[in-house]
Amino acid sequence: MATLGDLERTVMELLWATPEAMTANELRDAIAEAPSGEAGRELAVTTVLTVLSRLEKKGLVERERDSRPHRYKSVTSREDHTAELMHEVLVTAPDREAVLARFIGSVSEAEAETLRKLLGSS
Amino acid sequence: MFWASYLLAALAIILAWPAPIALSRASWPARAPFTAMVLWQSIALAGGLSMIGAMLVWGLEPLGDNLISASAGFIRILLDDGSAQTLGVVHVFAISAATLLFGHLVFTLALTFVRIRRQRRRHRDMLSLLSSPAANQPATLVINHPAPVAYCLPGGARSVTVMSDGLMDLLTQAELEAVLTHENAHLHQRHHLLLWAFAAWRSALPWLPTSQLAQHAVSELIEMLADDEALRHVDETTLVRAIAIVGSGALPSSRDALDDPLADAGRRAPEPAIADVSGGAADVQSIAHRVRRLLTPLPPLSRLQQGLALSSAGILLVVPPVLLVAPELLG
Repeated sequence: MATLGDLERTVMELLWATPEAMTANELRDAIAEAPSGEAGRELAVTTVLTVLSRLEKKGLVERERDSRPHRYKSVTSREDHTAELMHEVLVTAPDREAVLARFIGSVSEAEAETLRKLLGSS
Repeated sequence: MFWASYLLAALAIILAWPAPIALSRASWPARAPFTAMVLWQSIALAGGLSMIGAMLVWGLEPLGDNLISASAGFIRILLDDGSAQTLGVVHVFAISAATLLFGHLVFTLALTFVRIRRQRRRHRDMLSLLSSPAANQPATLVINHPAPVAYCLPGGARSVTVMSDGLMDLLTQAELEAVLTHENAHLHQRHHLLLWAFAAWRSALPWLPTSQLAQHAVSELIEMLADDEALRHVDETTLVRAIAIVGSGALPSSRDALDDPLADAGRRAPEPAIADVSGGAADVQSIAHRVRRLLTPLPPLSRLQQGLALSSAGILLVVPPVLLVAPELLG
């Protein structure tokens, strides 16, 4: 039995892979057809809706208000989410070259030489 | 009790200003990071205790010969408004200030804890959607990102180390092992608790030199401790290469590189939600310290020097409580 977390992941992957918005019914069918073993199973539409509302609360999924039945789509792409997450980690992601230059600038000349040798030897 | 409050105040001032400055300028912490870490903790604890203690003892002075009878007297005043005449305005002010400072410190500690936990939970949630488990590495996740990033996310049994596939592309197997051992050392040695305490200390008293210097020193020392752990598994060259590659941060192609002014790097104190980030934000100066320490290793401190440092840490922790009760002991 997959957890809600696994289902969230499956649903997000489907939404990320599909350019247009999907209804809960379409998502259920897509999950049932998914090639991966654990995801390929029959789900109640209510389960899919529960997962979708959890994802909506987390700000990952948005619902198109006018359509009935509601159609859901991801708020941003997977890459954007990853970038955002890494941004949190890096706080600032400065330019690699500049940092390396400053980094080497702040060690002594002999150390910088050793370092250049080390980095060059790959 | 007056002299005790003056001694406590003197201690508070020394621990708030000259002591942390001297320790942050000393070069020996690189040779004995663990000892230096203990010393920083005792400076912070004893500093806070003597600050609060000095005001409390001074404010309660008219009510009794020692802290215990004076506190009892103060509680009596609070309960039935008895003999409040004995307390001057300045005394009431000192007692209130001590109480407020104590409350402020405890509250900030709790608030920081809640904030870090919330941030970690959100981060973990997102990771579960965006990352996949690493092949043949337990509790390790891989995320799709071009920047060479490795960090650990503490959370008891759910602690994980995360690395980007950008990192895996750039590093050899041995260098990857160095990075993973380094990150696991952070988790095993519970470095996130230290970061939490010192981050709270800093946000509670941001204007105090100790709090800034201590946070900076502590985040550098935990890196050295984790480096030392990694050195048990890989040689210096591998580790230095790994640090240099990871430490030089994100690739220019990364989307974020455009959003943030370079000038900010290193000056900002990152939230300690993620115990360690071996990349980008880690400021250049501390990476240089770490690399220098690995390239030209200095002998560790002698037993005598370590003993001296550790006993001063012990004395620092003992002195404020002793001063608090000393007037009673001496009659």
